Amino acid sequence: MKVKVYVTLKKGVFDPQGKAVEDALHSLGFSGVGNVRVGKYIEMEINSTSTKEAERQTKEMCEKLLANPVIEDYSFKVEG
Amino acid sequence: MKFGIVVLPGSNCDHDCYYVVKHVFGKEATFLWHRDRDLKGVDCIILPGGFSYGDYLRPGAIGRFSPIMEEVVAFAKKGGPVIGICNGFQILTEAGLLPGALMRNRDLRFICDYVWVRVERKDTPFTSRYREGEILRIPIAHNDGNYVVDEDILKQLEDNNQIVFRYCNREGVVDDTSNPNGSMANIAGVCNRDGNVLGMMPHPERCCEAILGGEDGKGIFQSIIETIEGGGWNGNR
Repeated sequence: MKVKVYVTLKKGVFDPQGKAVEDALHSLGFSGVGNVRVGKYIEMEINSTSTKEAERQTKEMCEKLLANPVIEDYSFKVEG
Repeated sequence: MKFGIVVLPGSNCDHDCYYVVKHVFGKEATFLWHRDRDLKGVDCIILPGGFSYGDYLRPGAIGRFSPIMEEVVAFAKKGGPVIGICNGFQILTEAGLLPGALMRNRDLRFICDYVWVRVERKDTPFTSRYREGEILRIPIAHNDGNYVVDEDILKQLEDNNQIVFRYCNREGVVDDTSNPNGSMANIAGVCNRDGNVLGMMPHPERCCEAILGGEDGKGIFQSIIETIEGGGWNGNR
């Protein structure tokens, strides 16, 4: 099964990369852009027949390694 | 006494630490290979700087799962002194031995420079040789040294006196202009509640000889040696 994981900075955690990208977008003329946040996208294949089991494993991976709960949130999608 | 220096793939300050311990202070030192589980009877563990596992995912995120780290965590939980310098600090936060996280520097630049830090606390096994409020000139070299923690934990750190070093100016004033990387409350180093685990971004091992530009880092190693040789650290228990 294909799994897509999104790791983003928690609300309230300052994102210097996001700020730099936002400034660059403004200088390119996209003046209406705000709140730019840079995150991570991770995709993988899990050898599992059950969506539920794949979700359980992905959640564990996020909590143990893929995201740092001090500064990051995560979400994911399991596709059959 | 014997120091153990952890070597992960990508550690690059391991030999500097070894050199200081062995050749500046004349103490026994041994490397602890990341795949091993044997702490070789060491009295203090140093997690050196570098870019373990290429800083992939997040600095320290992968290094913390090395087999040797399980032993380091157990050693720390028994009260053994552990000091993490730079990448070592990042690993200690990822491993949950220290609170908070180290994010990309505020200005998105790798900073390699001498900075001033103020010693906020001397009753730790790492800082007993300093005076409280002493100002040290010490090098930093990092891309991700921006210490972040949530407000509640920050308050706990302040209340429990866990902030060991803060970035300051030459006069010892802690302010925004003396903060190189955006760290909350100018934090350059923190310890755990028991005081036996210290993480710091500055590199004391790079300033232990006048010929290298300064000796302000010597106090860290002297403090550890005196503590261990004086019978160990009982912590705040």
